Amino acid sequence: MVDRLTAPAVLDSAAFDIRLKPYEKITLDNGIPVYLIPSDNQDTLMLELVFNAGNWYETKDLVATATNYLIKNGSSRHTALQINERVEFYGAFLDRSSHHEHASYVLHCLSRHFADLLPVVQEVITDPVFLLEELDIYRQNMKQQLSVNLRKCEFIANRRIDSLLFGPAHPYGRSSSMEAYDALQRDHLQEHYRAHYTYDNCTIFAAGLLPEGFPKLLNESLGKETWNGKSRFAKKDQPIDPAPEKKAYRITNDPQGVQGAVRIARLFPGRLHPDFPKMMVLNTIFGGYFGSRLMSNIREDKGYTYGIHSQLYHFRQQGALAILTEAGREVCEATVREIYREMELMTVEPVGDEELHLVRNYLIGSVLGDLDGSFQLIQRWRSLLLNGLDENYFNQYIHTVRTITAEELLEVARRYFRQEEFYELIVF
Amino acid sequence: MIHFRKFTLANGLRVIVHEDHTTPLAVMNVLYDVGSRDEDPGKTGFAHLFEHLMFGGSVHIPDYDEPLQMAGGENNAYTTNDLTNYYIQLPAENLETAFWLESDRMLSLAFSEKKLDVQRKVVCEEFREHYINKPYGDAWKRMRELAYKVHPYRWMTIGQQLSHIENARLEDVREFFFRHYTPSNAILVIGGNIRFEQIERLTEKWFGSIPSGNRYLRSLPAEPDQEGPRREEVHGRVPLDALYKCFHIFPRLDQRYYTTDLITDLLSGGSSSRLYQILVKEKKFFSHIECYHLGNLDAGLLTIEGKLVRGIRMEEAEQAVDDQVERLCADLISERELQKVKNKAESVIAFEDMALLSRTNSLAFYELLGDAELMNQEIGHYNMVTAGEIREESCRIFNINNSSTLYYYAENGESPGNPI
Repeated sequence: MVDRLTAPAVLDSAAFDIRLKPYEKITLDNGIPVYLIPSDNQDTLMLELVFNAGNWYETKDLVATATNYLIKNGSSRHTALQINERVEFYGAFLDRSSHHEHASYVLHCLSRHFADLLPVVQEVITDPVFLLEELDIYRQNMKQQLSVNLRKCEFIANRRIDSLLFGPAHPYGRSSSMEAYDALQRDHLQEHYRAHYTYDNCTIFAAGLLPEGFPKLLNESLGKETWNGKSRFAKKDQPIDPAPEKKAYRITNDPQGVQGAVRIARLFPGRLHPDFPKMMVLNTIFGGYFGSRLMSNIREDKGYTYGIHSQLYHFRQQGALAILTEAGREVCEATVREIYREMELMTVEPVGDEELHLVRNYLIGSVLGDLDGSFQLIQRWRSLLLNGLDENYFNQYIHTVRTITAEELLEVARRYFRQEEFYELIVF
Repeated sequence: MIHFRKFTLANGLRVIVHEDHTTPLAVMNVLYDVGSRDEDPGKTGFAHLFEHLMFGGSVHIPDYDEPLQMAGGENNAYTTNDLTNYYIQLPAENLETAFWLESDRMLSLAFSEKKLDVQRKVVCEEFREHYINKPYGDAWKRMRELAYKVHPYRWMTIGQQLSHIENARLEDVREFFFRHYTPSNAILVIGGNIRFEQIERLTEKWFGSIPSGNRYLRSLPAEPDQEGPRREEVHGRVPLDALYKCFHIFPRLDQRYYTTDLITDLLSGGSSSRLYQILVKEKKFFSHIECYHLGNLDAGLLTIEGKLVRGIRMEEAEQAVDDQVERLCADLISERELQKVKNKAESVIAFEDMALLSRTNSLAFYELLGDAELMNQEIGHYNMVTAGEIREESCRIFNINNSSTLYYYAENGESPGNPI
C-alpha cells in the first residue's frame, strides 16, 4: 500500500538554479534599441513599441489615453476600418495600452505573416490623423462606459484611494470625468502625439519565432528615418500630495448595495529602496498569495469575502502598498478590524520557520513559472529595462527571497505596518 | 500538432501524457465529467460550491494548499455548465506532490462541517460580487430562463438563487462526491518536462488503488425546438439601456458548431467585424456590442449584447441588429471575409497552444468530447466551412422563432433621450 500520510519529498527551492536568460539587442540605424528573445519552439511572435507617453506626460486630463487609443483609428492613407481589416485578415492582434509612464502598441501574430503586418504597424505609428469624427465616437463611448463604472463600488474605491495617496492633481491620483472627456480636443491629441511618439522616445521589444531577416525588415521599416523628430518634453516631477487626514473614510455610492469595497493603503518607497524586495516577501506572507494571512483568516476562516489581496505598486516616482477586497456589507467593518489585527500580528511575532520556508519555495516556484516561454521572459526584461534596471536587480530579489530572516521581516513590518499611516476607505 | 500518449487504468481513469522538454515545469490537470447541468433543479450551484470544498482537505491530507506551495506549486479550478476542472503547475522535479494531493482527494474528502459553513459564505459573496452588486449582473440569469424551459442550462453555474447555496448540507456534499468524483468519471492529463514511463509508474502507484465507482450516466432532457419569439423587459438600476438577444445553436460535436463559431467572429471578432463597424462606428447606435457563444457541449446559445447610445430607442437598435444578422442570411459573404475569420481561428489556436497549462487543459477537454486527438483536427474543421454553410446556418439561427430578446431599460430619468 502506498503511504498517503507522508508527503513525497520535494526538491527545495534552494536547489533551483534561477537565472534570467539574457536578451539579444540590436540597434536600428536611427538609434532605436530593440530587445529580442528569439524562440524556435513556437510559430508566433510579439512586437511591442513602447513610448514614454503615459498620463504622467500629459498636459491635459485624459489626453494620453485618448491619443494612444486613436493612433490606430485612421492614417492619411487608410481609414480605421481599412487598418483593422489589414491586421485582422491575418488573424493578428494590434493592441494599445497607456499607463502612468508608458504607452505602447503591441502586435501578436503568426510569424509567417509578420512581413505583411509590419508596414501596417509602421503606418499606424508614424502617420495617424486623429479625425474629429473618431474622437467624437471615442468621447461618447468612453462617457457611456464611465457612467456604468461609476455604479460599481470597486471602481469608486480604486479612484478614491489613488486620490488619497497621491493627491487629486497628481498623474497617479487623477481620475477620469465627464467634463474631462468633453474638454478633449483634436489638437491636444496631435500635440501629445508629436511630442512623445517619436523615434528617439521609442523602445522595441520582440519575442517568439522571429522570421528570417527580422532585423533588416525592422530597420527598413522603423529604423531609417527620424520620424516625428526629437521628443519634446520638459516637465519636472510633480510633488506627491497625499490627503492630510488619515481618518476612516466611508462613502455611500449605492445605498442598496450588498457589498462594500474595502481599500487600506499607504505610500511605500519605490523599487530601488532596500526595503522593497524585503517587502515583496513580507507582502506575500501578509496578503500576496492564496495561502496568505489575510486569505486564511478573512476568506478561509471567516468567509467574509470571495478574495482579499495586498499588493505593492511601483510607479517610477512613488510606490504604495494596498490591501483590497470586496466584502459583504454587514461584515466590512469586521473585515477592516481583522486586517489591522493581522497587520499588528506581523509586527509582534516573528514569522515561523515553516511558513517562511513555504513562502520561499512558493515564490521561487512562481518565478520559474513566470519565466517559462519567450513572451513571459520578454515581459520580465521589459519591466526591468524600462525602469533602468538589469539582471542584478532580479538576482538581488532572488537572493532576498532565499536569505531573508524572520527578524528582518519583523523589522520591515514594524517600519511600515503602522495603522496610523494607512488610509482606510470603504465604499458601499 | 500536439503530441501525446494515453492509457487507461483498471479502475477506468483515463490518462493522457504530453511531454514537453523545453520547460522546467509540469502541469497536472484533473477534469471531472460533472457540471451545473448535472444538478438537481432544487439544489443549483452545487457543482461549483463543491469545487470550493475540494480544497477543504482530503481523507489523509488536512490541508491541500500548504504542501503544494511548499513544493513551489500553484493551482486553481473552475466549474462550467458542463464540467469541473482542477489544475496544478509546479517545478517538474516536484510532480509527485501533485500525484499525492490529487489522488487523495479523488479517494475521499474530509467532509468538514466547518469548511462547508465557510465556503457557503465565500460562494455567497462570490455570487453577490459578480451577479448582484454589478450593473446588469442579473441579465444572464434572465436570458437563461427565457431561452431554456427544460434543459438544465436554464440556471447559471453559480446557482439560480442564493438560497440554494445557503441550504446546502453536508450529506448533499457526500452524496455528490461519491456519485461524480470517481476514477471512471475523471480524465487525468500530465504535461511538461516528464517521461511517459515515469507517469505510467506514478499513476499506477497513486491512482491505481482508488475504487472505480459507478460511471455516471447522464440523461438530460433535450431542449425542444423553440416555436416562437420570446421577449422580456426589465427596468433596472443601471445607467444605460441594454439589448440582449440570444439564439439556440447546435451542440459542440456537430460540424455546424464551427460554422456558428465563425459567424460570431464575422459579427464581432474584432474592430473590423460587422456589428462593431456598422452599429458602433457608422450608425452610432451602440457604444459597445458583442456577439459570442460559450462553447457549451449540449446545444448552447449564440448571444448578441450591446449598450445603447443614449437617445437611441430600443426598437430602433434592435432593428439595426436584425438587419445585420439578416444580411448574413440573404447574401453570401466574400471569400476574403471568410478567409479572415478562418485565419483568426488558426491564430487563436496557435496562441492558446503556447502555454503548457492551456495545452494540458485542452487535451482533457477534447478527451471529454470523445478523443484528445480532436484537438489536432480543429483547424481542419474550421477550414471545411463554406460561405454557403455560413448563409444556411445564419438563416436557421437568426430565425425569429429561435430568438429570445431582453430589453434591459435604465431606471427612469436617465434614459432614453437624455443626452450626456
